Amino acid sequence: MADGELIVKGGYVVDPTRKIDGEVADIAMKDGKIVDKVSSSAKVIDAKGKVVMAGGVDVHSHVAGPKVNAGRLMRPEDKLLSGTCRSGMAQKNGYRMESGFSIPSVFRTGYEYGRMGYSFVMEAAMPPLLAPHTHEEIHDTPIIDEAALPVFGNNWFVMEYLQKGEVENTAAYIAWLLKVTKGYGIKVVNPGGTAAWAWGLNCLNLNDNVPYFEITPAEIIRGLIEANEYLGLPHSMHLHQNDLGNPGNYKGTIDALKIAEGIKAKNKFGREQVMHSTHLQFHAYGGTTWADFNSKAKEVMDYVNKQKNITIDLGCVTLDETTTMTADGPFEHHLHGLNHLKWTNVDVELETAAGIVPFVYDPQSKVCDIQWAVGLELALFAKDMNRTFITTDHPNAGPFTRYPRVIKWLMSKKAREATLGSFKHKDKVIEATNIHGIDRELSLFEIAQMTRSGPAQCLGLKNVYGGLAPGMSAEVAVYDLNYKNMPSDPEKIEAAFQRAACFIKSGEIVVKDGEVVSNGHKKTVWVNVKMPENPQVTRDVTQAFTKGTYTMNLINYPVREYLAPHPYVIDVDVEA
Amino acid sequence: MPKLIKGVGCPYCGSSCDDIEVLVSDDETKILEVHNACIIGTNLFHHANDATRPKLPRMRQPDGSMKEIPYDEAIDWMAKTMLKAKKPLIYGFGSTNCEGMSAVGRIAEKSGAVLDNCATICHGPSFLAIFDNGYPSCTLGEAKNRADVVVFWGCNPMHAHPRHTSRYSIFPRGYFTQKGQMQRTVLCIDPRETDTAKLADHHLMLDQGHDYELFDAFRTVLRGFEIPETVAGIPREKIKESVEIMKKAKFCMIFFGMGCTHTDGRNHNIDHAISLTRDLNNHTKCSIMAMRGHYNIAGPGQVWSWQFGFPYCIDLSKGSHAHMNPGETSSVDLAMRDEVDCFVNVGTDAGAHFPIQAVQHLKKHPFITIDPNFCMASEIADLHIPVRIAGVDEPGVVYRMDNVPIQFRAVIKGLPGVPSDEELFDRVYERMCELTNTQPIWLAAKEHRKYPHNPVVS
Amino acid sequence: MATVTLKPTKVPELMFEGYSITPDAFAGKTPAQIADLPGHEGKIVMKLGDFFEVTGNAGDTAADTNIVINGDCTRVKYIGARMTAGSVTVNGNTDMYLGGWMKGGKIHVKGNVDSFCGIQMQGGELVVDGDAKNHVGCAYRGDWRGMKGGTIRIKGSAGNDIGTFMLGGTIIIEKDAFIHVSTHAEGGTVIIKGDVEGRVGGQMVKGDMYVLGKIKFMMPGYQKVGTVEKEVDGTKATFDHYIGDLGERHPKSKGEIIYANLYLKAAA
Repeated sequence: MADGELIVKGGYVVDPTRKIDGEVADIAMKDGKIVDKVSSSAKVIDAKGKVVMAGGVDVHSHVAGPKVNAGRLMRPEDKLLSGTCRSGMAQKNGYRMESGFSIPSVFRTGYEYGRMGYSFVMEAAMPPLLAPHTHEEIHDTPIIDEAALPVFGNNWFVMEYLQKGEVENTAAYIAWLLKVTKGYGIKVVNPGGTAAWAWGLNCLNLNDNVPYFEITPAEIIRGLIEANEYLGLPHSMHLHQNDLGNPGNYKGTIDALKIAEGIKAKNKFGREQVMHSTHLQFHAYGGTTWADFNSKAKEVMDYVNKQKNITIDLGCVTLDETTTMTADGPFEHHLHGLNHLKWTNVDVELETAAGIVPFVYDPQSKVCDIQWAVGLELALFAKDMNRTFITTDHPNAGPFTRYPRVIKWLMSKKAREATLGSFKHKDKVIEATNIHGIDRELSLFEIAQMTRSGPAQCLGLKNVYGGLAPGMSAEVAVYDLNYKNMPSDPEKIEAAFQRAACFIKSGEIVVKDGEVVSNGHKKTVWVNVKMPENPQVTRDVTQAFTKGTYTMNLINYPVREYLAPHPYVIDVDVEA
Repeated sequence: MPKLIKGVGCPYCGSSCDDIEVLVSDDETKILEVHNACIIGTNLFHHANDATRPKLPRMRQPDGSMKEIPYDEAIDWMAKTMLKAKKPLIYGFGSTNCEGMSAVGRIAEKSGAVLDNCATICHGPSFLAIFDNGYPSCTLGEAKNRADVVVFWGCNPMHAHPRHTSRYSIFPRGYFTQKGQMQRTVLCIDPRETDTAKLADHHLMLDQGHDYELFDAFRTVLRGFEIPETVAGIPREKIKESVEIMKKAKFCMIFFGMGCTHTDGRNHNIDHAISLTRDLNNHTKCSIMAMRGHYNIAGPGQVWSWQFGFPYCIDLSKGSHAHMNPGETSSVDLAMRDEVDCFVNVGTDAGAHFPIQAVQHLKKHPFITIDPNFCMASEIADLHIPVRIAGVDEPGVVYRMDNVPIQFRAVIKGLPGVPSDEELFDRVYERMCELTNTQPIWLAAKEHRKYPHNPVVS
Repeated sequence: MATVTLKPTKVPELMFEGYSITPDAFAGKTPAQIADLPGHEGKIVMKLGDFFEVTGNAGDTAADTNIVINGDCTRVKYIGARMTAGSVTVNGNTDMYLGGWMKGGKIHVKGNVDSFCGIQMQGGELVVDGDAKNHVGCAYRGDWRGMKGGTIRIKGSAGNDIGTFMLGGTIIIEKDAFIHVSTHAEGGTVIIKGDVEGRVGGQMVKGDMYVLGKIKFMMPGYQKVGTVEKEVDGTKATFDHYIGDLGERHPKSKGEIIYANLYLKAAA
């Protein structure tokens, strides 16, 4: 935490949390917090003619942990492609070596987020048994604050309790698991389907039976929403839906969203949604085969727009060669069957699975181009940008380093048309999507909602991140864009968001002129639920270890303190 | 009163058993008894009691003898020697914790070194196969709870991983495998009649060096095509029967070892095994796993992948980016081709494991060994720096053969003044920064580090 | 056409990474400028002039530039790597990555070459009068896109991993090869005029292989489908035609399954 005083002067401030849209104002900081004013000895950063926003907040990104690392390990060609080094710029001023394109090393991950002006990143899927690994990577990642969501949707304990309708036991188990894994909230990936995958099966439909557990995906989703609200966690149940990536899946998607109907958020963090449906792009497909594949972004967003207790993120396809990785084990096996590229799978005892397959989103492929359009359409059809967040489901639909490109497409019809015009199957893409007919161009205010205030509120962190109000953490990004005179060349928008003119992280300047100048003081954020011990859950968990269903000793399961050396712990009190 | 410590991890093989119980003396300096471990693991714990364990670095003198020197002097010499070298090679890490592997990354970057681990002479070919074909695998609990067909291909856990078969693979009663061994069909594919082969229901005694052809035959049969009358010395009918067993399994688990990685074709043998695993997943559920040797030899593959993007053979000499290409940047090749001019052996014994010609080449240049004990590499070194034993008197994270991280604890106090690998590497790094007049780069996580100074965070 | 001559003056202590030795890097430069081009020896950035005496101006473009190296380059890597045009002639041996990732032009080595020559080559011509070690025209680790075009001719013998993950182009080994020919390949042609130990076409999806000598161990996934007359690199002969690898997946084209072809010269 820097103790000095800082002031960012004269920039166009864009801060949706206070409804400030382009007002010229100063942002003062002291001791790592935003304050009303500072003394005249404060260090001045001149932001005249530039845009000033809070540090970015990423709601969903695969940046640390076993499957991310398995992806790095299995892809040397993500570093050296056709004889060309793909690891990007090396810092002129030293710093740790950077490596990788679609799955960057931890150093590159921290530096690249920093260069884009991002403060907080949520690792989107942590297998509980492998939590120490996730935390080892998190503490080796510079600059950004991070948290991780343990996966629950295929967990044996959860499925057994919910099968018997025991929401309270489910909640007690979740509370215990969040504490021992230093996790943040409830992630659900292909509920039931991944458990079925342990026998080589899947659950594509919400009402499919999960083999052995006699429960359905719909019941798991509903049960976990209820457990989440029982505990009053900062974040909501975070859902990766069943039947990802298949033509015609949009109906199932809407059915799953409907599960949230009538449930009210109960928490003290200002969170309003009870379900976050992630990377919706992969779930908004029409058609019956790849031949008649088409966009159903409008249909899905029509539902999302009217259902206030749901938030979503996009999962935009960026048309790059990337690496898909998800706890949706059966999907990755299916994908490998389509593109025949190398396939890694990791089934984790009692808990989850993961799969990894490289993927080339080829701009000359009609299907990939439609996927590209679907991601952008979701945002362009959205009515409430505070519930709609920019992601690429990094690295699944594209690397997070492409956020500036997504922003460019969203802010500029010209940029979208240029990309559309470069497609070999342009006419077929136009026919299967809506994008060509949409004129909407998002404003900087809307972009700030989608990347700052919105995700921060969705994660229950709106008092810390996502805004520039006094008292909040001093996270300030300055972009070289003139609010009053936005460039007519959309490439300049992308360039400005790619390399912040200045980025202040927790009151410390970490990026200047697009280059990293400090490794920062990153924090590991986790949620500590305080509730009375639940004897049944304690007994069940202990037995799973003593009877040897787990192959590890219970005493070695909890993540030790030193692996999260700079914790930012959010306490949640649950009364008996 | 002696203390019984339970749930201790074992610093021997890749099974990384963490159910060991160790009885230690009241002052926590002596190991009295070890329970549950195999005989090798037990002995490893008892070794820590050895009164002759080195407590100070030793430097080779002009007359060839070794003389004890203070740590500061050893650290200074190591820092200067590595900085001076055009291309140092840092190799080993079979037996240390991930904290040490992470710390060595800074030294390697700073000195433009090649970073390599014991996989290079062990399961390196498995990495090559994973690069080319992926790795459909699982944690050992999945094998224990579900596998009803277990295949051991080119491995002999009865000797190399003594508790593997009882904890994970053949005997244990798992959740869906309550009948234990009775419920499992065991296939062993090995040119020798090993003790594992003797336990197996089916032993395919193939011609040595023809695993690739046999895998191809398995896959050809699986796709419904005819194969020659015998392949790799195995009759067609036996191959068909084996394929049928694997195909009809509810959960088929393939474990492979050095018999695949160190016969002709090496990585291609594993590559084909992975293809077979993949094909079987179109019929049932099938997983494959490398029988990694040491208790944390999976560790460097993980740590260096998240730091540099590669698991082994990492050439950092360019300074701007990491380069990896085993065959070029692998330790033995570098040594044989005279491509390195300084060698650092950490927590392993290159003196015993490398081909003699490779050691002879390495010995032309400064040779540093970092190891808690005396070994061949320490005795031929110019400098031997003793450190604590990860998992005995130093805690830390280790990765089991299935890449499950296990947080090992220390059961006794370390020898006074002897640093851990991590502390030693941090001190060397700090000295390198002093010598080059540069700011050390600690990530925030290192702020509360134990040793030696409060770092300046750049 | 202009010719730049390099004469080795010093053997590098470690290996010298001669990635600047290409017509593309030399084009438009004087001998002094060429001698100033960089190359790594370990972590030290050296200059070409530290190891070579340079004479003759380069042409204006790569296509106008011939490089002749008069002497031994056993300890020099990356000669001609990534070149797009022009020519490189080496009167001696070279180390690894000769002509790696090359797109065009011609390389002629009169001695032997080490491993990874023509790795992921896309075009041009690479001729080695002596032997090559392993990984001739293979893919980089993990990449499923191996050699795509061009021709590699090794007049001697070669080791293992020839044309791994090959997609196109031609590799000719005039003498013997060890193991693993066209493993994982999905295209291209490999011609081995001598004998092969084994593992010819394992896990191969598509493409052609010709073996004029003997194969000691056949892959079990290959089946003989007939006998054909073919002319291969100037040799006319009768070949047994095998298809495979039947253990591997195969694409369909116009309703027919496409297999890899192995043409093995029929016993006389």
